[in-house]
Amino acid sequence: MSMRIELDEPKCVAAGQCVVVAPDVFDQRDEDGVAIVLDAEPGPEQEDAAREAAAVCPAAAIKLVER
Amino acid sequence: MGASAAGLAAAETLRREGYAGKLTLIGEELAAPYDRPPLSKQILASQWESDRLLLRTEIELAALDLDLRLGVAATGLDLAGRTVALADGTRVPYDGLIIATGVRPRRLPGQGAHVMRTVDDALALRKRLGPGRRLVVVGAGFLGAESAAVARGLGCDVVLLEPAPVPLAHAVGTRVGQVFAEVHREHGVDLRTGVAVSAVTDSGVRLADGTLVEADEVLVAVGSIPNTEWLEDSGLTVADGLVCDEFSAAAPDVYAAGDVARWHNPRFGETMRVEHRTNAAEQGMAAARNLLHPGEGKPFDPLPYFWSDQYDMKIQAYGYLRGHDSVEIVDGALADRRFVAAYRKAGRLVGVLAVGMPPKAIRAWRVALTKEER
Repeated sequence: MSMRIELDEPKCVAAGQCVVVAPDVFDQRDEDGVAIVLDAEPGPEQEDAAREAAAVCPAAAIKLVER
Repeated sequence: MGASAAGLAAAETLRREGYAGKLTLIGEELAAPYDRPPLSKQILASQWESDRLLLRTEIELAALDLDLRLGVAATGLDLAGRTVALADGTRVPYDGLIIATGVRPRRLPGQGAHVMRTVDDALALRKRLGPGRRLVVVGAGFLGAESAAVARGLGCDVVLLEPAPVPLAHAVGTRVGQVFAEVHREHGVDLRTGVAVSAVTDSGVRLADGTLVEADEVLVAVGSIPNTEWLEDSGLTVADGLVCDEFSAAAPDVYAAGDVARWHNPRFGETMRVEHRTNAAEQGMAAARNLLHPGEGKPFDPLPYFWSDQYDMKIQAYGYLRGHDSVEIVDGALADRRFVAAYRKAGRLVGVLAVGMPPKAIRAWRVALTKEER
């Protein structure tokens, strides 16, 4: 199983909750706070944090494709 | 019970944490779980169609292996018998129950006003908006203010009526509330404060002093009422929400999450009910975990977060601002509409509100809030 992260950027509300939960996977753009995916295919040690980030995203903008 | 953000988060968490038994998700609305914050933003503005609101695809929902029952409300709870009674006459037995039945809009006397809670509400109002249409918005809270801003963008003539002298002063303080008021006036909203509305009429709204304010459409955004009537004879404590302990538990094996839950937040040492989108998901997750692992329950002690978009202004707030006794501008300036305001209560930092600031400026304050001693 591996994981791929897809960000629906127009949906992002720049809350930054993903950065709080998974700082190694997400960051935010300085100009508008919109999320940036630092690591679109995180290793197993980051997968729980990425799942948590997707779950807490207030805009449902983070999609995880697990295969 | 409740198939919106909190109920869905609870169901997903139960599955993610390994619960493989029967899982029933019941919602009063017919629509599959959807997101509400865009209703008064992108949906009202016709920037999005409603299919963009869906929180999960059909495939994702199917993967949860739910008994999903939509369009049916709860009518009663038998705690001793461990069953929920539904409006269709059926009874659903449970071993564990998570209550996430949300809130509904408070209304005013009289017929014909719009409210803003469901996707149907938003679509009904947006059909009626357009250049030159006269809209009266009753209540200048975040929902009313966002809707007024969108309506101005669509070319409507907007009157925004607010009973308090300064909009949102109880939540954000007078000085910050005044900034919001100025922004609305600059955008051509006829904001009238200190105005009480007594009723909705055929031609607009009637004020407490008898004056009629004419409108083509009226939106009432004067707060909400927790959906707890079905719990009245259950033995659970209802007091402006379903009362829970710090674990979000209302009774053994019964938890609450989202807008309907009034729980004790140990981070602030206060009982609170938080109608924020983020809280719905976080509390749904916490309630599910505590239900699944009652022996090792974790107190639910979130730092509340909300945002609001009005015109080109993005407002973000962390913490629990209500009840603050001092406000200090700690970065930027109110006059520039770019600032961070810090809220304190008895000397303790309880919240920050930022407008137009870069994420890193806000994050430092968020960290400071999480480190604040209880």
